Amino acid sequence: MIDKGDIWLTVLALGAGSYLLRFVFIGLVGDRPMPAWLLRHLRYTAVAVLPALIAPMVLWPPATGGAIDLPRLAAAAAATAVAWRTHSVIGSILAGGGTLYLGLWLVG
Amino acid sequence: MQTTNSPYWQGVRAGLPFIVILAPFGLLFGVVAAEAGLSMFEAVFMSAITVAGAAQFTAVQLLSEQAPTVIVIAAALTVNLRLAMYSAALTPYLGQASAPMRALIAYCVVDQTYACSVAAYETHAHWTLRDRIAFYFGVSTPLMPNWIVFTFIGALVGEAIPDALALDFAIPITFIALVMPMMRTGAHRAAALAGIVASLSLTWLPYSLGIIVAGVIGMIVGAEVERRGAAA
Repeated sequence: MIDKGDIWLTVLALGAGSYLLRFVFIGLVGDRPMPAWLLRHLRYTAVAVLPALIAPMVLWPPATGGAIDLPRLAAAAAATAVAWRTHSVIGSILAGGGTLYLGLWLVG
Repeated sequence: MQTTNSPYWQGVRAGLPFIVILAPFGLLFGVVAAEAGLSMFEAVFMSAITVAGAAQFTAVQLLSEQAPTVIVIAAALTVNLRLAMYSAALTPYLGQASAPMRALIAYCVVDQTYACSVAAYETHAHWTLRDRIAFYFGVSTPLMPNWIVFTFIGALVGEAIPDALALDFAIPITFIALVMPMMRTGAHRAAALAGIVASLSLTWLPYSLGIIVAGVIGMIVGAEVERRGAAA
């Protein structure tokens, strides 16, 4: 059983900390101009961080204890291929989900 | 006049597809939190003030492993460091908004609002500040309340959801769908590739720090490729 005090300390600190992270630039910097080199780096935030976040989850999924999993690899490949060809978010999600369930069913 | 083609409604339409992912993800968080021993109020309150799935999963996972509270908080906030980067990336577009408006914008900074908005602002360079704010809250409208609602439902149904649904993989699939359309230039692709390689090489770093370091490396690579492209 988790201690209730620990839960509440975590909930409040995580909430406050997350808000601070979101507020720091948009709230404090506001409309002061930011240097070109900083903006140039920020343009690549999402395309760098999101793939970095999911790459280990695709190759070594926590759900399989970190073992390479064919259905999950195939699902990621299908989602990537459809998103690449069509730029459709829903299409990509459906392709990934469909492939995952088909794969899990085939592997049994 | 509010037409269905106004920036607000364009934003709503851009945000809507993500409910497909957010709903199961929110449900799953409610379930996991309930299984870890959080009360429904604690789970819903956490979703309402944190609004960041990956960090919430990290926190609950570590809490149930009885990790020291300082480590739990530090690890979950590290996962959320990217929100500061999003906040910075939105600032050139939304930084002129009033202070209360910026406080509200900050609350809604998540992967999807950031990704949809920056993509739209780059496409619609002629948009006024008002248009950009309208689009941003348009994207937020279907997402923010539903995150809380589905956490609530998840905590209600608890253990009724079988592991066979493999909801763990909802996150990678969503992020792939989100990020692939952003690969517009060689610099974007170089940033992504560098981020992936660095992340896979740095999994030995504790507390998800590898993801942050890999993200920074990817950003530097992307910016450098862009700079050389511009110079050439």
